[in-house]
Amino acid sequence: MSSYILRRAGYALAVLFGVNLLTFVLFFAINTPDDQARLQLGRRVTAEAIERWKAEHGYDRPLFFNSAGQGLGRLTDTVFFDTSRRAMSFDFGRTNEGVNIGEEIRQRLIPSLLIGAQVFVLAISAAVLMALGLALFRATNLDAVGVAVLVAMMSISTLFYIIVGQFVVGRVLQITPVSGFAPGGRAETFLVLPIIVLVLSYLGPEARLFRTVFLEELGKDYVRTARAKGLSEWVVLGRHVLRNSLIPIVTSSGTLLPAVITSTIVTETFFAIPGLGNFTIEGITQQDFGIVRAMVFVGSVLYILSYLIVDVVYTMVDPRIRLR
Amino acid sequence: MKPVLLWTDGVVLALLLALIWYARSVAKTPHLASTWRQAFRRPLGSAAATVLALFAIVGLLDCVHYREALPSASGEERAWSPETLSALDALLSHLRASRETTYSRPLALFGYEKQAIALADGRLERAYPRLLHAGTTLTGSGDALQEQWRTDVGRRSLLGLVGGALAMAVLILLTTWWQNWRMRTAQEAPRHNDLRAAWRAIARGQTSFPVRAVLITLGVVFLIGGPILSLSTQYHVFGTDRIGNDLLYRVLKSIRTALVIGTMTTLVTLPLSVGLGLIAGFVRGWVDEAIQYVYTVINSIPYVLLIAAAILLLIVFIDGHPDAFPTSAQRTDARLFFLCVILGLSSWTDLCRLVRGEVLKLRELDFVQAAQAFGVSNRRIMRVHLLPNVMHVVLINVVIRFSELVLAEATLSYVGVGVDPAMASFGTLINTARLELGRDPVIWWTLASAFAFLFALVLSANYFADAVRDAFDPRAAKLGGR
Repeated sequence: MSSYILRRAGYALAVLFGVNLLTFVLFFAINTPDDQARLQLGRRVTAEAIERWKAEHGYDRPLFFNSAGQGLGRLTDTVFFDTSRRAMSFDFGRTNEGVNIGEEIRQRLIPSLLIGAQVFVLAISAAVLMALGLALFRATNLDAVGVAVLVAMMSISTLFYIIVGQFVVGRVLQITPVSGFAPGGRAETFLVLPIIVLVLSYLGPEARLFRTVFLEELGKDYVRTARAKGLSEWVVLGRHVLRNSLIPIVTSSGTLLPAVITSTIVTETFFAIPGLGNFTIEGITQQDFGIVRAMVFVGSVLYILSYLIVDVVYTMVDPRIRLR
Repeated sequence: MKPVLLWTDGVVLALLLALIWYARSVAKTPHLASTWRQAFRRPLGSAAATVLALFAIVGLLDCVHYREALPSASGEERAWSPETLSALDALLSHLRASRETTYSRPLALFGYEKQAIALADGRLERAYPRLLHAGTTLTGSGDALQEQWRTDVGRRSLLGLVGGALAMAVLILLTTWWQNWRMRTAQEAPRHNDLRAAWRAIARGQTSFPVRAVLITLGVVFLIGGPILSLSTQYHVFGTDRIGNDLLYRVLKSIRTALVIGTMTTLVTLPLSVGLGLIAGFVRGWVDEAIQYVYTVINSIPYVLLIAAAILLLIVFIDGHPDAFPTSAQRTDARLFFLCVILGLSSWTDLCRLVRGEVLKLRELDFVQAAQAFGVSNRRIMRVHLLPNVMHVVLINVVIRFSELVLAEATLSYVGVGVDPAMASFGTLINTARLELGRDPVIWWTLASAFAFLFALVLSANYFADAVRDAFDPRAAKLGGR
């Protein structure tokens, strides 16, 4: 089992290297340092000013290969090596306003992680419960109505859930604050609405998927055996079917991860939560390449890490992998 | 008039031709034709397809672009209007021309905000201004005007309902006639006209093709559309937006954007995802490892961030090269085009993985082994033996992805990396609606109209996708996997 996890971790590192290379190509090879300087300094700018700007940011070296260098210096004395090395230690330089990006990300990480992790866990639990209920009442009218409701729910954009949820709960009923955030113990009063809204928005597709998984399991022989033993339908579903369905559930929860990251970004701006998503939007609206590049990297690191966790959970629920 | 072919128009045209070619090849292949027939035999699938077809008609009308000639003295060189219009614009010219100054409620006569209005004696008064293009035939004032408004709206809605019902009646008559003709040509039926029997078959749902479901769907659309159509000549049925544009017009214009993103994105990257999936699954070894590595890397970057990065670069590029895009329509269109390409490049991985998995299963089967034993080249095996057998996976994926992409457009436009803010799309509508809900009194109509149309589009796409999946993947159908 540990060798499997080690292998996955090694692969994750290799993937991280690929992500780094891809973002570098996007931000430095396609949009060259000269372009960036011109974007920063305005279109009418002298060649010297551009050179000075590049020197200040350390971009005055070759991108990938320094033919003037000596030995290893040929590879290390390049923009690529430098930015990669600094990215690995979460040093992304400063924003256009001069704020330290790495520092900013460290501060904003907590609210985003709070939302993301809770939404992820709650959405999957809610969907499993809903799907179990539908599987219990399978082939009845209740099941048909439930499935129709799920399809309708998955046809509604996440934005509507957020906008309407914020409007109804926050503004009309005034149960929770409309927006804002406070660190520490009071954080949950601000987070409860965004989390519930997001969980609702995932219920449609996920519960529908899990219902199919359960129905597939219900057709198998061990279910017939369990029923023949005289077990009640609840026990068959709750104990036997649920456990055997865990593997596909864990697999599909991995595919939910990018969606959670995306919707966290959107939700934070709606509810004015000072997280990473808000930071990203700031970077986009201000056309600050430093922020966006850092966020692409950090977002990928978060994704790769959570996928690694899913892998570890996978070994726990699937003995075939545990024994490898 | 000078026809204009925008980039996305060209792609839509190509897609349309490809679709016709595919339909013809399906008609020639018996097993494909019967599978497709099965998808349409489900009442829900047919009803959803009907709604989708209506959306497609609106979208296609909006794909025929032209620029009008400016009036010019004879002998001079013809000059073209800088504004690019579409056939839909021409049809809805009264909606496009009826611009107010700012917000107004659906069907309202007066504006949303009080304005200073000059009275006859020169004094200024703050009051709700009369809309310029709503209820222009009503002449009263005060309560009398309200009364006139009520009767006028009632009369027009009734007129629309009657019109819709009439259109429906004609349609039912034609369908019954067609059904009668079908029953007559089928052998077991009597060889004389029997419209009553044909109508009974339709009403009881005993026709092989679910005519009843389609008729009911069209009936609902006609009965809703009739009043909207008749009211729209005198009122803003869905209200107006911040700069006074009619919202019905804006929503109808959004359909094209949604359709282009939903279809183009997957189809642009189809060669990439299917090709690499085939190669990875069939060749295996280090090629497979390399392809898997590439798609894991791309998958690891949350797609919003990847698109944000790419679109940011694109905006800088378009701003830096104004000569390449002379009209604003071309500029917004180029952004839509590249958005689809980038969206496709960041999301081809799912389909690639599915195809690879399917090919891994297929390559062990006897017919592939036999082909290899006969010395058939790898390229030919992939093209002739494997590709047709993974097409159902591709097809199901394409229809399922459609609704996901339409919804993704809304999110991306909200984040600020979607279509150009000047382009009508559901995303930009929702984006403006967010701030409007905070005003007092609440401006709910932008959100409501965007919601209604987006929901109808995505819901029917989802149900159609289900019908297609059930037909092409019988195992899913047996589970009732909805």
